[in-house]
Amino acid sequence: MDLTILLFLVQDGITNGAIYALLGFALVLVFAVTRIIFIPQGEFVAYGALTYAMLQGGHVPGTAYLLPIFAFVALLFDLYAERSRITGTFLLRQGVEKIVVPLALLLAARELAGVSTIASLVLTVAIVSALGPHLYRIAFQPLADRSVLVLLIAAVGTHLALMGLGLVFFGAEGQKADALTDFSVDLGPLPVSGQNIAVYAATVLLIAGLYWFFERTVQGKALRATAVNRLGARLVGIRTKGTGKIALALAAGIGAVSGVLLAPMTTIYYDTGFVIGLKGFVAAIIGGLASYPLTAAAALAVGLIESFSSFFASDFKEVIVFTLLIPVLLVRSFASKHTDEED
Amino acid sequence: MTNRIALCLFAAIIILAPFVPGFPPFWIILLDNIGLAAIVAIGLVVLTGVGGLTSFGQAALAGFGAYSAAVLTTQYGWSPIATLPVALAVSALAALLLGFVTVRLAGHYLPLGTIAWGLALYYLFGQLELLGRHDGISSIPPLTVGSVSFHEPARLHAVIWGALLICGIATLNLLDSRVGRAIRSLRRGSTMAGAFGISASQAKLIVFVYAAVLAGLSGWLYAFFQSAVTPSPFNLNAGISYLFMAVVGGAGQVWGAIAGAFIITELRDVIQRVMPTLITDSALYEPIVFGVLLIVLLQVAPDGLWPLVQRILPEAKPRSIPTDAQPLTGRDMPVPRGSEILKVQDATKKFGGLTAVNAVNFGVKSGEIVALIGPNGAGKSTTFNLITGVLSLSSGAVSFAGQAISGIGQQRIAGLGIARTFQHVKLLPDMSVLENVALGGHLRGRKDLLSALIRTDRAEEAALFAEAARQITRVGLAEHMHKPAGSLALGQQRIVEIARALTMNPSLLLLDEPAAGLRHFEKGQLSELLSQLRSEGMSLLLVEHDMGFVMGLTDHIVVLDFGTKIAEGPPDVIRSHPAVLEAYLGGAAEPKQTSSTVAGGAEA
Repeated sequence: MDLTILLFLVQDGITNGAIYALLGFALVLVFAVTRIIFIPQGEFVAYGALTYAMLQGGHVPGTAYLLPIFAFVALLFDLYAERSRITGTFLLRQGVEKIVVPLALLLAARELAGVSTIASLVLTVAIVSALGPHLYRIAFQPLADRSVLVLLIAAVGTHLALMGLGLVFFGAEGQKADALTDFSVDLGPLPVSGQNIAVYAATVLLIAGLYWFFERTVQGKALRATAVNRLGARLVGIRTKGTGKIALALAAGIGAVSGVLLAPMTTIYYDTGFVIGLKGFVAAIIGGLASYPLTAAAALAVGLIESFSSFFASDFKEVIVFTLLIPVLLVRSFASKHTDEED
Repeated sequence: MTNRIALCLFAAIIILAPFVPGFPPFWIILLDNIGLAAIVAIGLVVLTGVGGLTSFGQAALAGFGAYSAAVLTTQYGWSPIATLPVALAVSALAALLLGFVTVRLAGHYLPLGTIAWGLALYYLFGQLELLGRHDGISSIPPLTVGSVSFHEPARLHAVIWGALLICGIATLNLLDSRVGRAIRSLRRGSTMAGAFGISASQAKLIVFVYAAVLAGLSGWLYAFFQSAVTPSPFNLNAGISYLFMAVVGGAGQVWGAIAGAFIITELRDVIQRVMPTLITDSALYEPIVFGVLLIVLLQVAPDGLWPLVQRILPEAKPRSIPTDAQPLTGRDMPVPRGSEILKVQDATKKFGGLTAVNAVNFGVKSGEIVALIGPNGAGKSTTFNLITGVLSLSSGAVSFAGQAISGIGQQRIAGLGIARTFQHVKLLPDMSVLENVALGGHLRGRKDLLSALIRTDRAEEAALFAEAARQITRVGLAEHMHKPAGSLALGQQRIVEIARALTMNPSLLLLDEPAAGLRHFEKGQLSELLSQLRSEGMSLLLVEHDMGFVMGLTDHIVVLDFGTKIAEGPPDVIRSHPAVLEAYLGGAAEPKQTSSTVAGGAEA
């Protein structure tokens, strides 16, 4: 193995690791706020990548139709839950949130498909992150006070449903998007593409953005308060249902960005997201589903291990990455004197 | 017993079904698929529904059974039946190794761990040359035993459902046994289990291996059923699907697993067979239907469907209490009456910067009732946890009958004859009062998993239940014996905990707020019971806030405040002890100061 290959593997590892870090953040965020171990995170990646690729190719993506459907079901849930207290303002809010916005995004997708890279990018993130809150309303909000295990099983159900919907709306064909830019720069013997730089930039920007959101905004602080103590947050007037929706919107948005970044680098199928998401999980779990910096470091490590094992033992790449989790879990459970958990 | 008879009848009908003229061969295949899935799901019932350990990896464990059969018959020429013990042993060994790592994991890390190794094993099956990589292993010979071949579908069908019947009955036996109660106690956390000498990690490992052996058996049968083995039936989705069956049917019951396997397998078949006539590309919709169904079910019928069926079935007869059972062996008091049985020396517990218990000294004499009192946050319950080994001492020592017990672990401390109740009631609410109390006798029984499965544990079980019933009657709850423990009033649940602790036949009994939530009359009864225990030679240490109760009953009182002992002595002395009055009522403040404090408080 010469230096070029080494550098190439490192770069590949860091690029993938950056994406796993983003997904790991989303998972930590969702778990902290809602206690959901969010298995369907990977589906948002696939949705993001496929939506972006289709928009870029001038097609209206399936997610643009899926969004109004999701929103409509969520509307029915809300109307039923509030049936005895329906007011004009409630209807107006619901109408805007669950009918006007989704239809506007659908229209925009029809008008703007294939127009420009920027438009595709913005639309993709808008459509996919708008799916998040409705998904929370339908699948998780009715179960919000149940145990972590019930939420986990619901998350697995959601994963199956979203993967199936991905197959229906995008088809079994894989898609690959055009690169964001042709820009490339040589770093010694190693060419660094604009796409790689975009991945690094997006990761750093999103981390900075999340930091700002959690440290500087009331919404962000409400999310952190909910993460620390749901009941306490409710007692000081934070709507924990609202925070769950925000958490899923953020998670879906992060998933969409990851998908957009991945789409030009590899062919994405409807079911690719799951395994990518699980690698984000490996990182998030190493971070104890709690620590952002540890998650970032772990994600880079996962990316590097994956990239090197695909060179030395490509057949066993997945085996190595997932087996890696077991010693980590072991160390974690030895290190933390766990408190007694009851179901 | 009726459950077992019903299971036998049900299996007999299914086994004989193919001999009905005109029975569609296709249905036999479908029933076989249901049977194979139900065997795995029954294992999950014990693991997840009863033990509370969620596993997404059972399909991978089934893979061990299937590949063992495939490799040994095709590459080493073993006779099919000879591979059965190997297949089961390989599955059990795999589960033991995975279990050592994963059952230690707390809460939600466990299911994530099973997802990780479930995926890793699936990829491994698909990559190993020995296992034929992604193409798998084909042309596995039909199952033969001696000269009898089970090649014919109806015969193999009988084998599969016969195996299911055996697994079902073994599981019913397991759940109705000493080991089964230990497994059930896992859901209430390891502290409660440990207080009665149950090792939570050992019980978890047992149930994990048990479920894996059932999965391995299903995989082994699958290999001969399909005559070929590929990695895909053992992937994570299959693992999810097994868990799904257990949840849909109602995790926790054998019948639920069978119902779940029926529903899911049938539903999948309907989707694959019927929907193509309605819409093209119907295979697309399978995961959507399953995913949506799972979420709807969790929201509408969180306990699964079997409990709904159970509601219309006649109620099971309450367990009969054997009257002629051999009494359990008793225990001699470790020290003569009046000498010190428990000694707490300079016990200190620090949680980070907080010293919850600070160099506390006291002792309990045999045949004496000692009360530990003090305001909230004084460190009383922490002291209990230090004595019973739930928490480890930061410094100091605790000895029982002259033997140092600090650091020897909860189970061994329980084994010495120290029983306790909990401030926050830790009963299994769905289990009857009788079964909850029988859990207390865990250490007085010896029968293990194997004797539970083949039911050679009946005499010991009878003795345990007779003892449990005796203690329930003694504490005055005989009329509630067969009710679910969760249906009792909170005060009564505390009394159930006392009965459970008494079933351990302890020489030292630790009671954490036993009178809380009792009515006046009930408190009188409790006081009488405790006096009677004392007269029988038992020693008692109790935490209690009801001063009337404490003063009238105890021989000696230890007062804690902010983790430090501030007074000790007989009730009369404590009643008028200045430090105690100050801790409870505040200092003897002068009227002026009091009014200014109140005024200051109002301004703020």
